[in-house]
Amino acid sequence: MAEPRANPWPCALRLAFLALLGLLFLMPYIWMISASLKPLDEIFRASLNLLPETGGTLRNYARVFENVPVLTYLWNGVVVCAGILFFQLLFAVPAGYALAKLHFPGRDWLFGLVMLGLLVPYHVPALPLYVGFSWLGLLNTYTALITPSIISVFAIFLFRQFFKALPDELIHAARIDGMNELSIVWRVILPNALPAATAFAIFSVVAHWNDLFWPLIVVTGAERATPALGVLTFRSEEAGDDFGALMAASVIMTAPLVLAFLFAQRRFVEGIATTGLKG
Amino acid sequence: MSEAVARARPTFVPRGEGWAGWMLCLPAVLSYLLLLLLPTLAAVLLAFTDYELGAPGLAWIGLGNFQELLDDRGFRISLRNTLIYVGIVAPVSIAGALALALLIEAATRGRALFRAVFFLPMVSLPVAMATAWQYLLHPTIGPLNAALAQLGIAGPAWLTSSDTVLLSLAFIGIWEAIGFNLVLFLAGLTAIPRELHQAAEVDGVKSAWERFRLVTWPLLGPTTLFVVTITMIRSVRVFDSVAVLTQGGPNRASEVLLYTMYTEGFTFFRLGYSAAITLVFLIIVLGLMLLQTRVLDKRVHYG
Repeated sequence: MAEPRANPWPCALRLAFLALLGLLFLMPYIWMISASLKPLDEIFRASLNLLPETGGTLRNYARVFENVPVLTYLWNGVVVCAGILFFQLLFAVPAGYALAKLHFPGRDWLFGLVMLGLLVPYHVPALPLYVGFSWLGLLNTYTALITPSIISVFAIFLFRQFFKALPDELIHAARIDGMNELSIVWRVILPNALPAATAFAIFSVVAHWNDLFWPLIVVTGAERATPALGVLTFRSEEAGDDFGALMAASVIMTAPLVLAFLFAQRRFVEGIATTGLKG
Repeated sequence: MSEAVARARPTFVPRGEGWAGWMLCLPAVLSYLLLLLLPTLAAVLLAFTDYELGAPGLAWIGLGNFQELLDDRGFRISLRNTLIYVGIVAPVSIAGALALALLIEAATRGRALFRAVFFLPMVSLPVAMATAWQYLLHPTIGPLNAALAQLGIAGPAWLTSSDTVLLSLAFIGIWEAIGFNLVLFLAGLTAIPRELHQAAEVDGVKSAWERFRLVTWPLLGPTTLFVVTITMIRSVRVFDSVAVLTQGGPNRASEVLLYTMYTEGFTFFRLGYSAAITLVFLIIVLGLMLLQTRVLDKRVHYG
């Protein structure tokens, strides 16, 4: 605490250096927002003015909302992320509880399977899954977007580790009260596991909101496109060089998660630190 | 009830604990088998066939696909590009994140603000940010080249010239990866007891660099090893920026493993061949994980 050396110079240097680096880091955001507010001719003049000369325009945003089903993309993103998270929790919480607290034949074997599953990147089963969904006629559906992600071995692993640390007395007390195992899971364990559940929820939503690989495989067209896919289609279809509208669309699609992050920074950082091992 | 007592466990354990265990695991087990295990095994098997989507049948061709991979110039370029990309992104983003973490933790002023700034790319839609980078790096209307022009330098066509495209993508990759590595390093740093630094100072280790070398670095060993492997695994998976900005071009200069796998599988529908590329990808990822456990067993702790 009471450290004797109070040299002001390194401190100022540190702040200056971090500020400069931070500014460089924010460049893409700054220019993205700046360009989204500029009329097209100004963008093409390649001026280095950050602020639009004519006082700024929202016409780019208006054009995006007119020409691109932005709200559909955002809604699809919400449905897909919520659907995935719902099933992931529904499947992983009971399994994590059973693997952590119950004794049954084959338990260690099941846990081995979980560890094995952690080794496989989700790109590997993608080809056969695509063939399967295509064969079932389910391409371009929420089902195809959600189903492959409903099982998260990482969630099972995370919950199992977390539940192991919960005291057994909690469970015994609930059993004495006559609760069955299923209601113990949802009414005793889950409320006590909220930190782990929140961490996982943040990890899951960030991963699937931002994912491009799988939506690109199973979805064509705007109807079921997620935000990531929406920006990509907009780029390649209409807005080849309409950078103003392109930047406006990028701002709109990036905003939800960034705002959530800024409002709940601590939770996000904890969540990412807890779930870091999954990558 | 006697059964429960015999197992020396508290009473009120329901007799059907085995049954309950399996029932609670059942949804997870079924979806695991159906959505993970079987498709993964199928992908492995597919790699040894000539299956094409829409073809009436398929034939077992043994190592045929892998033979073709060896002779495929496009694949070799793709593999080489991926390794170069990882070779740039991993060291720079790891060293950069470590330096940033030390600098941010060195004092309290502005700590929260700087953390937020460097974390931001982690939660930003990669496709959208790639688009922002495209504007920033645009050869004629981009601010970067406009700024360079003011200094009298003619900037290159960052993303459309085969000389600079991989470098530009790696730069974007570093920008994306630093925040994540920073989170992990900051968590590792806070786990090091403050007293150790003070003890080192009392023992006469005066310079900050010596304290880092003698105390922080050894104790950060496990974190660093973990960051190294996870960063390599994450950067082997590079896909979004390539799909958005370059589609592997110009002239395959930015073709990378997962993008090649994607085009072979979902543009040309050569699923067997694509599965073989997937298998190469999987082997690289597993190799990196194996490396981590090997090194971890040996000498990371208090190296």
